[in-house]
Amino acid sequence: MTPLLKVNDISKFYGSRVGCRNVSFELWPGEVLAIVGESGSGKTTLLSCISTRLMPTSGTVEYHMRDGQYRDLARMGEAERRFLMRTDWGFVHQNPADGLRMTVSAGANVGERLMAIGDRHYGKIRETAIDWLQRVEIDESRIDDQPRAFSGGMRQRLQIARNLVTSPRLVFMDEPTGGLDVSVQARLLDLVRSLVHDLGLSAIIVTHDLAVARLLSHRMMVMKDGVVIEQGLTDRVLDDPREPYTQLLVSSILQV
Amino acid sequence: MRDNVPETTGLATYNFAYLDEQTKRMIRRAILKAIAIPGYQVPFASREMPMPYGWGTGGVQVTAAILGPDDVLKVIDQGADDTTNAVSIRAFFQKVAHVAVTTKTREATIIQTRHRIPEGKLTEGQTLVYQVPIPEPLRFLEPRETETRKMHALEEYGLMHVKLYEDIARNGHIATTYAYPVKVEGRYVMDPSPTPKFDNPKMHRSEALQLFGAGREKRIYAVPPFTDVVSLDFEDHPFEVQKFDKPCALCGAENVYLDEVVLDDKGGRMFVCSDTDHCEDRREHGHAGHMLANKEAAE
Ligand SMILES: Nc1ncnc2c1ncn2[C@@H]1O[C@H](COP(=O)(O)OP(=O)(O)OP(=O)(O)O)[C@@H](O)[C@H]1O
Ligand SMILES: [Mg+2]
Repeated sequence: MTPLLKVNDISKFYGSRVGCRNVSFELWPGEVLAIVGESGSGKTTLLSCISTRLMPTSGTVEYHMRDGQYRDLARMGEAERRFLMRTDWGFVHQNPADGLRMTVSAGANVGERLMAIGDRHYGKIRETAIDWLQRVEIDESRIDDQPRAFSGGMRQRLQIARNLVTSPRLVFMDEPTGGLDVSVQARLLDLVRSLVHDLGLSAIIVTHDLAVARLLSHRMMVMKDGVVIEQGLTDRVLDDPREPYTQLLVSSILQV
Repeated sequence: MRDNVPETTGLATYNFAYLDEQTKRMIRRAILKAIAIPGYQVPFASREMPMPYGWGTGGVQVTAAILGPDDVLKVIDQGADDTTNAVSIRAFFQKVAHVAVTTKTREATIIQTRHRIPEGKLTEGQTLVYQVPIPEPLRFLEPRETETRKMHALEEYGLMHVKLYEDIARNGHIATTYAYPVKVEGRYVMDPSPTPKFDNPKMHRSEALQLFGAGREKRIYAVPPFTDVVSLDFEDHPFEVQKFDKPCALCGAENVYLDEVVLDDKGGRMFVCSDTDHCEDRREHGHAGHMLANKEAAE
């Protein structure tokens, strides 16, 4: 097996302020990586650099394309990169309004990517949308409602369906359960876990919640002041943290 | 388009066709670029015109830039030559350019329009100038100009079908009847706004040059003669034009765009050609719809 993604020595500076510094790792097919750390530690910055939403100051990100070649994402043309982003990748935002079209129906939200890659059969697009709504536990009868009429948890599930409809291989999530209350969070996490498992997705999930990392990820990276201070298998890091800062983080939350 | 020698007689207060030559050259450059890239919206430095936005300032500037002393101008609003808007634009060019005007589609070299494409087939050498309020077909779903430009540049047009999808989901069929989006020469998606979709097929491979001017939004775009113009649709919901059950009540024409006319306050109404010139021309040639036939019978 070969890595899906190779992150080589990524740094991002905002002027003189450090966003993240010298981060390297590889992500394997089917692997879920959690990036944890306190507020301001550089999680979102790193995720944005990897997903090409931000240009890193230095370092490269290579992606294993479906044709078997590795491509440096920064050297890819914009058209090709945007195509990759809406077919082979997904991005789930913390705030669903950033990832959904709030003024078009749930069905069109799910169908948009299909139409973008050239699907021109209304009936088939709608069938696929219904299938995906069911998979994220949204009742079929809501297909023509706008997400404005949905609860926070439903919006987040719709956002996930909208991203997964093209069978991407890699999904980025920034605090996917951030704004939700606890019982809604639990249901969403369950759903994400089974989807990731069933579809064999690779995912990078940013969270400051160690419980989320425990539940979803195989591996985790702990960030502090823009630097990765510890990484390893999730259970190992949480059960046997080596860095004093990680020990502090783990001991500061209730055992999960 | 020909070079206009500013006239020395009778136009003391205006340059020929109102705009100064500098401005006309700037607009002509935009038009040439638009013709070279069919369907692409070319930005231009829209000028203040002596009429409010919404009254066709974009179309008026395009017409002013291409008008020569020998041109014959026709102006229509809806399909008619005699609405306030059409009359005032026609009067404007008579005053500032002393050009000949006509209501006859066949005689016109330049036809400025707000809503319709004439029913009679346009021919080589004629130019149709559209007054456009909103040139950006992606605007209603994507308010950011930077993003819509990128979508055009990268040919990312999925959003247009999202709009049509919504239409079908809501109405059971594509309910968009005006400003129905088209793809030009297999490349740029364009808004023919605000013509009815009934007229879309007339744009396809038309012999006439079609120019579009949006004054407030400062955009010019074009469809050169013999260019492919294809209406967007779904395989299982193909594009269709409006159909009218009855022929025109005055001239009996079928397969033309009809307007409803209220006859009295007892619910009486009739459907007549929206293209008034087409209707008159047919009547002059002896065609009569049922209203005329009734009238003649009564007399
Ligand atoms: N656009 C920006 N301009 C300047 N500095 C920024 C910008 N975005 C982030 N930073 C700084 O970079 C550092 C890392 O921020 P980042 O948003 O990546 O942290 P985070 O771990 O995602 O935090 P949170 O948990 O609050 O979302 C912080 O010091 C932040 O102030
Ligand atoms: Mg963040």
